[in-house]
This record gives sequence, C-alpha cells and structure tokens, in this order.
Amino acid sequence: MGGVTLSPAVSKAPAAVRRTSRSAVRRIWGSVLLKRIAFYLVAAWAAATLNFLLPRLMPGDPASAILLKMSELGPVTPDRVQLVHRLFGGAHSEPLWRQYFSYLGGLFHGDFGLSLAFYPTPVSTVVRSGFLWSVLLLGVSTVIAFVLGTVLGALAGRRPGGWLDTVISPLSIFVHSLPYFWAALILVYVFAFRLDWFPLSGGARPDLAPGFDPRFISSAVTHALLPAATIVLTSISGWLIHMRNMMASVVNEDYVLLARAKGLSETRVTTAYAARNAVLPSVSSFAVSIGLVVGGSLLTEMVFNYPGLGSLLNQAILNLDYPLMQALFLVISMTVLVANFVMDCLYVLLDPRTREAAS
Amino acid sequence: MTRRHHVRFRVPANRKVRVGLAVFLLLVLVAAFGQLFVGHVLGQSANRLHAGGNLESPSGRHWLGTTSFGQDVFAQLVAGTRTSLLVGLIGGAIATALAVLLGVLSGYTTGRSGAALTAFVNIFLVIPGLPLLILVASYTRGRGGWLTVAVIIGLTSWAGGARAKRAQTLSLRNRDFVEAANYSGESRTRILLLEVIPHLAPVIASTFLFSVVGSIAAEAGLDFIGAGHASTVSWGTMLYWVQSQGALQSGAWWWFLPPGLCIALVGTAAGLINFGVDELADPRLRTRKPGSAAGRSRRSGGVTPEGAR
Repeated sequence: MGGVTLSPAVSKAPAAVRRTSRSAVRRIWGSVLLKRIAFYLVAAWAAATLNFLLPRLMPGDPASAILLKMSELGPVTPDRVQLVHRLFGGAHSEPLWRQYFSYLGGLFHGDFGLSLAFYPTPVSTVVRSGFLWSVLLLGVSTVIAFVLGTVLGALAGRRPGGWLDTVISPLSIFVHSLPYFWAALILVYVFAFRLDWFPLSGGARPDLAPGFDPRFISSAVTHALLPAATIVLTSISGWLIHMRNMMASVVNEDYVLLARAKGLSETRVTTAYAARNAVLPSVSSFAVSIGLVVGGSLLTEMVFNYPGLGSLLNQAILNLDYPLMQALFLVISMTVLVANFVMDCLYVLLDPRTREAAS
Repeated sequence: MTRRHHVRFRVPANRKVRVGLAVFLLLVLVAAFGQLFVGHVLGQSANRLHAGGNLESPSGRHWLGTTSFGQDVFAQLVAGTRTSLLVGLIGGAIATALAVLLGVLSGYTTGRSGAALTAFVNIFLVIPGLPLLILVASYTRGRGGWLTVAVIIGLTSWAGGARAKRAQTLSLRNRDFVEAANYSGESRTRILLLEVIPHLAPVIASTFLFSVVGSIAAEAGLDFIGAGHASTVSWGTMLYWVQSQGALQSGAWWWFLPPGLCIALVGTAAGLINFGVDELADPRLRTRKPGSAAGRSRRSGGVTPEGAR
C-alpha cells in the first residue's frame, strides 16, 4: 500500500470563493446541509439496523418470551405472532434478510406491535403519549442549560485564575459528577417532601384534562419545574467547563490582542471576538453532550414519575416489555438525530469557514 | 534542581491534581482492602440481613447506620466501592482502547476507507449511549454479572473519545515529523504506534479518566433502574434499594447520601486530575502565580485582561 496521497485540491479554491454571489451562497448552504441530511439518514438506518440485530444476536430468545407473556395476557392471533417474529426474530424459518426487509417495511408504517406493560395498547400509541412531555421538558431545559452554562463559562474563562474561575470551575466539576437520578432524589427530598414547595411526582394534576387550558398549563409547569431544575443543574456544568476551557485558550489569541489594541470595548472584545470563536467547539460537540443529557433526563423522569419517555422506559424494563423498549430506543435516537441536525445548521450559520470549505 | 531528574516519581506541582490523585488512591485502597477491614475489624458484611435493627442511624457499631433490611450501610458502601471501581476500570479500559483504535485509524486513513471509518465513528456518536446500553442490558438480563455490564458499557461508550482522538490525529497527520517518517519508508503501523499515539498521550489519559467516571455513572444508572445486576452490591444497587424502600421518606440520610456522594467524588477527582492533564497538553491554560510571572508565555505578557484595564 502507498503512503499518504497529497491533497490535489489546493489551487483554484480562492477564485471560486470570491465569486460567491447570493445564489452561490445558497447553493453552498444547500450542499453542506444535503451532506448532513444524507449522514443523518445513514445514522437513522444504522440505529434501525442495530435495533433489528440486537435481539437476534443476544443469548436467549426474546420472541418466545414475548409470545409466552402475550398468551398469558389474552388470546394471540396469528398476525400478532408473525409481527413479533418480524420484530424480534426467534424460532422462525424465514432467512435473515427477508426478516430484515419486512422489519424495515414495518417501521415505515410505525407498527411496533402491542405493548406488554400496557397490554393490549399498541406500542405506537403508548410512545406517542409520552413523546411531547419528554421533548418539551428536555428541549426547554437543554436550551436554558446551554445558554446559562456558555455565558457563565465565558465569564469564568475570560480571566483564568480570577475569582469567578476559582469559585465556579471546581464547583461545576463537582456538580457535573453528580448522578442525575441522585440529584433528582435529593431535590425531591428537599423541595417536594420536606418543604412541600412542588408536587412530588407526575406531569400535571390528574383531574385536569390535557389541553390549552390555563389551569392545565400552570399545573403542568409547576410539575415540570423540579425535573427541569434537575436537568439544568446537572447538565449546565458540562457546557460551562467546555466553554471555560475554550475561552481560556482563546483569550490569548492574536486576534483578541488585536481587537484590544484597536481600543474596542471590553464587552465587544469578549463577546464578538473571544466568545464567538470559543463557542464553536461547544456547538460542534453537541452530539456528545446531548447523548449524556438525554440519558440523564430519562433517569430524572423515572425519579419524578414524569409521564414522558423515561417513565415509559422504566415500565418497559420492569415488565420486560421488549416491543416498547425497542420502539423507545428508536424514537429517542431519531429525536437526538433531529436535535443534532438543528445544531449542525446553527454551526454553519456561526462558522463561515464551513460554508467556504464546501465550495 | 537535582530532584528534577527523577521525573517519574515527582509529586505533581498542581494542588488540584494532588488532591484528585489522593482521592483516587484512597478509593483504590478501600476497594482493595476495605472488605478485610470491615470483616475483621468491624465484624460486618455487606450482605448479612438483620445485622442490626432496621433503619438505625449511625453509631459506633454501624458507622453509617443500617438499611431497612438491617444491613450495614458502611459495609455495603465498601463492597460497592470495589464493584463500582472494577466496572469503571474495565469499562473505561475497553472504551478507551476502542476510542484510540478507531479514532486514530479514522483520522489517519485517507480515501474511501477513511471516510467509512469516520462515518462509523460519527454514527455511534449521534446514537444516544444510555438508551442503547439499557436496551442491550435488558436483553442480557444480568447474565454474567457485573463483568457483562462492564463490557457492554465499554462497547457502547467509546464514540466521544474516538472523536477527540480523530481530531488530534488529523492535526498530527500533516506535521513534519510524521511526513518525514512517512518519506523515510516507515510502515504505517510503526508511524501510528511510535509517532502519532505518543503525541496523543494527554488526550488518551483524559479520555480514560472520563471513561472510568462515565462507566461508574452508567453502571449506577443501570442498577438504579433495575436493568443491571441486582444481586451484586454496588453504589447503583444501593440507590435502587434506597428508591424502592422509600429511604428518602424515612429521612434515612445515612443510606441515600453516601452512595451518591461517592459517585460524585470519583467524578470530581477525575476532573481535578484532568486539570493537570489539560495544562500538560496546553500550556496556555496554566494559570499565572503571583511570583512566577516570568514563566508565562511571551504572547500574553502584559496584555492579559487585567493588564488592559
């Protein structure tokens, strides 16, 4: 095998960049985003395939375990038997690739079979009931944590070794290490159990019907405050530490020195020069961080018995409800993929270099 | 100055790093010899039911009180330290090894296979780890005990580290010393092992640290929701029983505080050590001490934010 091939794409680039009219910018945008979309489609396919392979690779036979449980709960039609085999394999004569294609076909119709924990409700209905709760809780708390953490990190990293840095950095490392579910337990104990400021568990008062009713919404918000506080508290420090470290190395860059030499105001230098560049790695490492936050918020929901995907997952684990578990894994993965795609778009907006590189 | 030659045994200068290392050392000692101490000196064991009354508060006999089954909490905490650290080390080692292998290869390989490797790493990066871990763990259903759990954690949590290695390798790939080794006809394996990987040492160290912490937290999370190995005593299973026995409602702080604090302690120690690793890798992060301004890098001399004011 040969060595490293030298990159031939060195010449022509600058001229092409200079000719960027508005339509060209739009085209480049398009091509960057198209590439990302293609990547996320591949990732979605990989998650679906993983979901297909896992029950078939693992020791034991989930399919017959499910069928056994279903027959205890009620009569099982041949259709249902076939569906379980399509999703989980097991003692079945069809070759693997045929199973695979009928599995993928079934996904497009959103048919995941019946949930065992909530028998005989279809899995898709169960998942839909928790989806909005989780997305709202996680979405709002992630945005708050990201913004707060980045701002605090920028302030701390602006002067490494300053008083803010010496207080915030070690503290945030400690908070970052707290397990989500344990932090949730402590918050429940202090604020819901001891002080009785917030409800102990649930998503809203059970006697109110969900809808755009002010009483329902205010009840939902008071129920969400404590879980959201848990997620913000434990995830904020990840963003903070990251931003602090980037900021600490960026403030010594020459362009920051130049901005300062030009006599720009300290605020301007910090925000438009240092922080704007320091925030880029935070945005691009969103995928790593959001994975942790999602995992943590699932555990948090379980502690609060919040009616989202996390509590459903808990029910699925307790009842060995594989159909529900499989569907939850897929739905959670897809949601994370979409969140990442949004962050990718944001990154292209923030960093002009990505747009140039695409031409 | 003569001590400088014994680089290997030098006590780290940074106070944060020293504290972090001391905590780690203490936990390792507890994991190794703690059970001997608990068994022979205190006469307690982690699994014995009704060693004392139910939910006794801390006393000379039961240092951290008892659980609602009358088990000794301190004995459980010590036994849990061993399980949690073992899971952390094994899971962390597997995750780090995979991260180095896939990260360096995907960063160094060019062309189609390089792109394919990169795509593979990126796909695992965007698939959320804990749901995947829960899914796999629920299929194995505690078969093989904590070791299986550790292996699964290692196999599902390498992507973040691989990404960091890949980025570093990309920047190393075109450095002069790598090109020189390349033109002098050295094999690819030799270049990777002797030229690239040694330069990644700080990144590898910090990946390992956080993989260990991540594995401990993941194991605790799995045990907490009952998807782990329920009959092993670990910090996670302790918290599982805390939750299911309503220790919070009984106000049994001696039962629900210690396991969570231990997990946080490990994480904090790793974070503190990582300060040192970071500063080793990037001298710009070294904070200036009042007396040693001369040691500061040329670039920032006098134009620190304080200087500009």
